[in-house]
Amino acid sequence: MTDRDLAKALNLTVFHEGESREVCTGYCGDLLSWVMGRAPVESAWFTVMNNNNVAAVAVLREMACVILTQGVQPDAMLLARMKSEDISLYGSAEDAYTLAVKTGTLLAEA
Amino acid sequence: MSEPLRYTYPVNGDDFMSAGGVSAVVKKTLRELGFDKDIIRRTAIAMYEGEINMVIHANGGVVDVEIYPDRIEVALKDTGPGIADVELAMSDGYSTAPDNVRSLGFGAGMGLPNIKKYSDEMRIETQVGVGTTVYLTIYTKPKA
Ligand SMILES: Nc1ncnc2c1ncn2[C@@H]1O[C@H](COP(=O)(O)OP(=O)(O)OP(=O)(O)O)[C@@H](O)[C@H]1O
Ligand SMILES: [Mg+2]
Repeated sequence: MTDRDLAKALNLTVFHEGESREVCTGYCGDLLSWVMGRAPVESAWFTVMNNNNVAAVAVLREMACVILTQGVQPDAMLLARMKSEDISLYGSAEDAYTLAVKTGTLLAEA
Repeated sequence: MSEPLRYTYPVNGDDFMSAGGVSAVVKKTLRELGFDKDIIRRTAIAMYEGEINMVIHANGGVVDVEIYPDRIEVALKDTGPGIADVELAMSDGYSTAPDNVRSLGFGAGMGLPNIKKYSDEMRIETQVGVGTTVYLTIYTKPKA
């Protein structure tokens, strides 16, 4: 399943559609160094953090895409950096748990 | 090739939004030099954590990178407050990060542990009131 397939299935808001990437798993977390040290690569990352450092972690951790949860909007620098790194940035009004459960089901079916 | 390739970068102390700018530049350089993906990833992550620490805890500093035939050596130097108890600072979850940077997602107390995890060797030289230098080494060739 690509990040685009996930975005469509979860009805996500598209802030930036980057290079198409395979979503292998998911990760929920807001503490950046924790995510940096523990998240699996090629994850769909669910977070409420919306600053530029999210992009830095997404790049270094080789995230498949980033999904801002619970209606959080990206700040301008984050959006610009996700565009320049060409990684998809999505949003949803739902919380990380709800989205993760749905993602798990989708990954199991894929 | 006896002389290493040397690079020096300043880290701006009040720019929480630089988001690891030096690490990103070094990553690009390592890619151009043809290093292995895993080497680049580990170096960039360790440098990012060190760089962010210089910004949020020490008001910036200087990063030196030296590339030897068999290893990459990085020194992250600051003239910040220093670290009173290095062992404590190195432990998972210990953080003195102020609220304004916690709200950005920093302060898990995982930065120094991440540096240790992703580098092959790590050493901290620090003196309270004088500053801190974090040294890290990443070997780029399998050890004989
Ligand atoms: N360059 C430095 N100068 C002074 N103190 C430092 C420096 N680097 C780290 N420290 C101290 O060590 C503690 C632990 O650092 P570490 O990077 O592990 O966590 P953190 O920066 O607080 O949070 P995180 O990295 O998870 O966002 C810091 O909270 C700070 O007290
Ligand atoms: Mg840190």
